[in-house]
Amino acid sequence: MTAIASAEATSSAGKGWFARNRPGIGLHGAIVFLMIIWLIPTVGLLINSFRPGDVASGSGWWTAIFPPYAFTFENYAHVLEQSNLGTNFLNSLFISIPATVIPLFVAAFAAYAFSWMEFPGRNILFVVVVGLLVVPLQATLIPVLKLFATWGIAGTLLAVWLAHTGYGLPFAIYLLRNYMGALPREVFESAAIDGASPVTAFFRLAIPMSVPVIAALAIFQFLFVWNDLLVALIYIGAVNPDNLPLTVSIAGLVTSIGGGTQFLGAAAFLSMALPLIVFFSLQRYFVRGIVGGSVKG
Amino acid sequence: MTDKLVTAIIVVIAVPAVLVGYIWGTEQALRLVSERMKPRIRPWLWLLPAFGFLGVFLVYPMIGTVVTSLQDKFGKKFVGLTNYAWFFGSDDALTALKNNALWLIFLTLLTVGLGLLIAVLVDRVRYESVAKSVIFVPLAISMVAAGVIWLYMYGYSPPGAPQTGTLNAAIGAVGISPVPWLQVESFSVNTFALIIVMAWMWTGFAMVIISAALKGINPELLEAARVDGATELQVFRGIIFPLLVPTLVVISTTMIITALKAFDVVFTMTGGQLKTNVIGTLMYQEMFSFGNSARGAAIAVVLLVAIVPIMFFNISRFRAQEAIR
Amino acid sequence: MRSRWRFITPVVALGLVLAACSGGNNASAPAGSGGGSLSGATVTVIGTWTDVEQKNFLAMVKPWEDQTGATVKYQGTRSINDILAAGIPTGVLPDLAGLPGPGQMAEYVQAGALKPLDGVLDVNTYTSETAPGLVKLGQVDGKTYGVFIKASIKGLIWFNPKLHDYSSSPPATWDDLKTQAKANQGNAKAIWCLGISSGDASGWPATDWIESILLRQAGPDVYNSWWQGKTKWTDPAIKQAFDTYMNDVVANTFGGGTNAVATKFDLAGDPLFATPPGCEFLHQASFITGLGKFPKEKTGVDYNFFPFPSINDQFKGAVEGAGDLFGMFHDTPAAKSLMKYLVTAPAQDIWVKAGGALSANKNATDYPDDISKRSADILSKATAFVFDASDNMPTAMNAAFWSHMVSLTAGKETVDQALAALQKVADDAYSQ
Repeated sequence: MTAIASAEATSSAGKGWFARNRPGIGLHGAIVFLMIIWLIPTVGLLINSFRPGDVASGSGWWTAIFPPYAFTFENYAHVLEQSNLGTNFLNSLFISIPATVIPLFVAAFAAYAFSWMEFPGRNILFVVVVGLLVVPLQATLIPVLKLFATWGIAGTLLAVWLAHTGYGLPFAIYLLRNYMGALPREVFESAAIDGASPVTAFFRLAIPMSVPVIAALAIFQFLFVWNDLLVALIYIGAVNPDNLPLTVSIAGLVTSIGGGTQFLGAAAFLSMALPLIVFFSLQRYFVRGIVGGSVKG
Repeated sequence: MTDKLVTAIIVVIAVPAVLVGYIWGTEQALRLVSERMKPRIRPWLWLLPAFGFLGVFLVYPMIGTVVTSLQDKFGKKFVGLTNYAWFFGSDDALTALKNNALWLIFLTLLTVGLGLLIAVLVDRVRYESVAKSVIFVPLAISMVAAGVIWLYMYGYSPPGAPQTGTLNAAIGAVGISPVPWLQVESFSVNTFALIIVMAWMWTGFAMVIISAALKGINPELLEAARVDGATELQVFRGIIFPLLVPTLVVISTTMIITALKAFDVVFTMTGGQLKTNVIGTLMYQEMFSFGNSARGAAIAVVLLVAIVPIMFFNISRFRAQEAIR
Repeated sequence: MRSRWRFITPVVALGLVLAACSGGNNASAPAGSGGGSLSGATVTVIGTWTDVEQKNFLAMVKPWEDQTGATVKYQGTRSINDILAAGIPTGVLPDLAGLPGPGQMAEYVQAGALKPLDGVLDVNTYTSETAPGLVKLGQVDGKTYGVFIKASIKGLIWFNPKLHDYSSSPPATWDDLKTQAKANQGNAKAIWCLGISSGDASGWPATDWIESILLRQAGPDVYNSWWQGKTKWTDPAIKQAFDTYMNDVVANTFGGGTNAVATKFDLAGDPLFATPPGCEFLHQASFITGLGKFPKEKTGVDYNFFPFPSINDQFKGAVEGAGDLFGMFHDTPAAKSLMKYLVTAPAQDIWVKAGGALSANKNATDYPDDISKRSADILSKATAFVFDASDNMPTAMNAAFWSHMVSLTAGKETVDQALAALQKVADDAYSQ
C-alpha cells in the first residue's frame, strides 16, 4: 500500500473504530487538561494586551476578569501607528516567501538524490549535511557578511533570501530524505522499467507523494523566517534600513532605556496572525503528514 | 516599492522556474554522456545547488571559525589551543556546560515525550485539529513574545503583596509563599524554569511530526491486534511504538541539537545570569558583546565536537534502515 | 504545488492593500523642497533610539534636511552592538552611528573604523559649548572621534512630596539622609525602592548605586583609577562602597534583595506612588521620568528629586553622568554636515523641548519643566564630572559587574566572594 492510500484507509477505518470504542472521560479529561495548560500562558498575554501598561504590570491578568474593568485598545493603536509598519510588513512578506520557496526546491533535489540515487559516500555525506544543523548562526554572520560586501549585495533582499536558504537546508534535507526514502521502491522501479527519466519520476511521482512533508516544511521555514530578527538586521540593517522586516518594528517598540514593554504583547498577536493563517491553510496536508520512514504499507 | 514587488514576483516565479530548468537541463546535458556514466554523474548534478548553498553559508564560515578559534582576540597571530584552555578553565563555561547537559536531557525528553503522548491521545478524538492547533500556537509566537509571556508567568512580588505572576498566584491560593523562580539556583530550578519555556514552544513541533507518522501506520495492523484481544497498552507497545522509532530518532536528534544551541530563551529572560548561562549565550557574549571572536569561535567548535557522537548514532541507524529497504 | 499559489495570491494582495493604506510614513523624510547644497544626498544613521525617542531624533534632524535638501535614513535598534560588531570587520557600516560608549568607541578607533572629527567640527566652539568632561570622553589620543548628542545625570534621589517634601531642605550628607529617612518614614514600608532586572543587562541599576557611593566616598581619582583597572576590586575603598550598598540600601529596600532582583528597573519606582507607599526614595538617573508610573504623575507635585548627598565632604559636588555618543564611519560631505549640525544648540534644543533629555550643549536651555532645568544645571555646574564607570570598562568586565551585582543583591554570595570573582575577571579582561 502506498503511503497516501494507507493514510486514507486510516481515516475511513478510523470512523468505524471510533463508533465501537468511544473514548472515555479519562481521555477527554487528559486532553482538555493539556490544552488548558498550554493555553494559559498565551491567554495571560492576550488579556494583558488589552490593559493599559501600568495596570498590566501592577496586577495579575486574571484580575481583569473582575470589575473594575480597564480594557483599552491603546496598546494596539500604538503598535499600528508605528511609522514604517506597512513597509516593514511588506518587507517581511517579500523576504519570507522567496526564502521559503527556494530552500524547498533545492532541498527536494538533494533529498531525492540522497534517497534514490546510488553514489559513493552517500551516507557519510548525508550525515555531514545533518551535522551542519549544529553550526551556530552567530558564527556565520561575520564571514558571510564579508562575502556579501564583496559581492555588493549587502543590504538587499537577495542577500537575505540566499542566507535563509543556506540556513534552512540541513533540516529540510534531513526531513525530506527521511520521507522520500520511505516511499515504495516498487513505484520507482516500475517507472524506470517504463523508461521514465529520473526527472520525470521526480516531478510526477516523488513530489506529488511528498506534498505532506513539503507543506510541513513550508510552514516551519516560513515561520522561522517570518520571526527572524538577527539575520535581517545584520545583512540589511546597517546600509539599507528601508528593507527591514516587521520584527525590527516590533523590537523597536521598546525604547533604548527600556520603556514600552507593554506594547510587545499587542505586537506579538498582530505579528502572529499571518503565520497562523499559513498554518491553518496548510493544515490539512500537514496533519495527514509526514508518513515516512517508519511505515510500510 | 513597486520595484520590490516586481522583484518578489519574479523570484517566486522565476527562481523555481530556473531551478526546474536546471534539473531538466542537466538531464539534457547527460545525453552527451554514455549510459554507463549517467547514473554516476547525475547525483552530483542534483546535489550541486544544495552543496553550493551549504558550502557558502555553513561550511565556509565553520572552517573560518575553526581557524579563528586558534588565533588571538584581534585575529593577528596564532595562539594554538589557548582559547580552548580558557574555556575549560573558566567557571562560567563549566556552569554553562553543565546547564547544557540539563537542557539536552530534559528538553528532548519533554518535547518528544509530551509530543508522543499528545499525538497518541488526540488521534482518538474528533476535535483533533483544534487540540493540535492549541499545542502548535506557541511555536508561532516570536521569541520576544514568548519571553514576555513567561515573565508574566514567573513574576514575583514580595510575600504579602498581591502576586502578579501566574505561578506564584496559583501557589498562593493554596497558601504557599511566592518563589522567585528565575532566581533559585539550588537544584537548577531556574534553569528548569527556562527549559520549560522552550519545551512549551517546541512540543508542538515534535507533536506534528510524530502525529503524521502515527497516521501512516496501517490501521489493519491495529485492528487485527485489537480483535485478537490486545489491550491498548499492548497495541501501543507492540505495534505503534516500534513503527514510530525512526521518526522519534529524527525528532530527538533535532531536539538535542536545538538544546545545544539554545540561546534566545536564556538571553531574553535572564541574560545568562544567576547560573543559567548556556553555551549559546556565552558564545554570543564573547563574539558580539566582548568583541572576542576568537573565544566565541572556540566555543562554536566545542559545540560542533559535542554532536559527533549523535552523528555516529545516526549513521548506524541509516545503515540499518538501508539494509531493510 | 497549486496549494502554494492559493495562499500566496491572497497574502500578496493583502500586503498590497496594507501598503497602499500606510503609504508614505517613512522614517526618511522627503528631501527638502528648496534645492539645498546637498540635494539628493543620503546619510544612513543607526542608533538605539526607537519609538518616542526616534520621533524626537527625526524632529531634531528635520531642519537640517530642509536646509540642505539631503535625506536622513535612520534605523533604531537596541541590537546596535551586533550590527557594529559585524560591521567593523566587514566594512558594512552606516555613515553615522550612536556608539555604545567611550570604551567601545576606543575599540573602534583602534580598529581604524571611526573617522576623526577635528576637521569636521569647529573644535574650539564645541569645547566651549559642551559640558565639561563630555568633551574629553569623546577623544582618543587628543583627537575627537565622538560627540554627545544628549546626556543624562545619574544618582538622583527621587521622592514623593506627599509623604515628606524635601525640596526646601534636602539632606546634605548621607548620614543626614539616613536619619531623616527614619524620622519621616511614616507608613512607608521601606526606605528604598530598588529594581535591577533588565533582561540581559540586569544589574546595571545596582552598578549605578556602587558608582554613586564610590564617587562620593573615595573621590573621582579612585573612581577613575578603578574603572581603568588600576585599583583592584578587592581594595578596601571599593569594598567599603559595596558594604555601604548592602548594609544601608539592600537591607532597607522594599521586598528585600529578592524583590529587587525580580523587579524590572523601569517599574521599580512605582511603589513611591502607592498607598501606603512601598518606599520613600528611588535612586535613579534623570530619564526615569519617562518610565513606569512617572509619566502619569505630576512633576513637582507627585514626585521630585534632590541630588545625591555628599558622603565625604572632600568630594562634594562630584557628578556622574552618561550620554549618547555619536561617531562617523564614512566622511561623506552629507555626513560631515549632519555631524556638524547635531552638536549645535538649536539642534539639541529640539529634543530638549520634547522632554526627557538633557543637552550636552550648554547653550540649549529650552527645558520644558523645572526638574529638567535643575538636572541640566547640576550637569553644567559639576565640580568634578565622571562618566558612568561601568560603560567605560571593557565589556567583559561590565557584564561580570552586572552579573555579580545581581547575585549579591539576591543574597547568593557575600561581598568578599563577589569582589574576589570580579578581580579574577579583571585580571583577564584588562589584559586582552
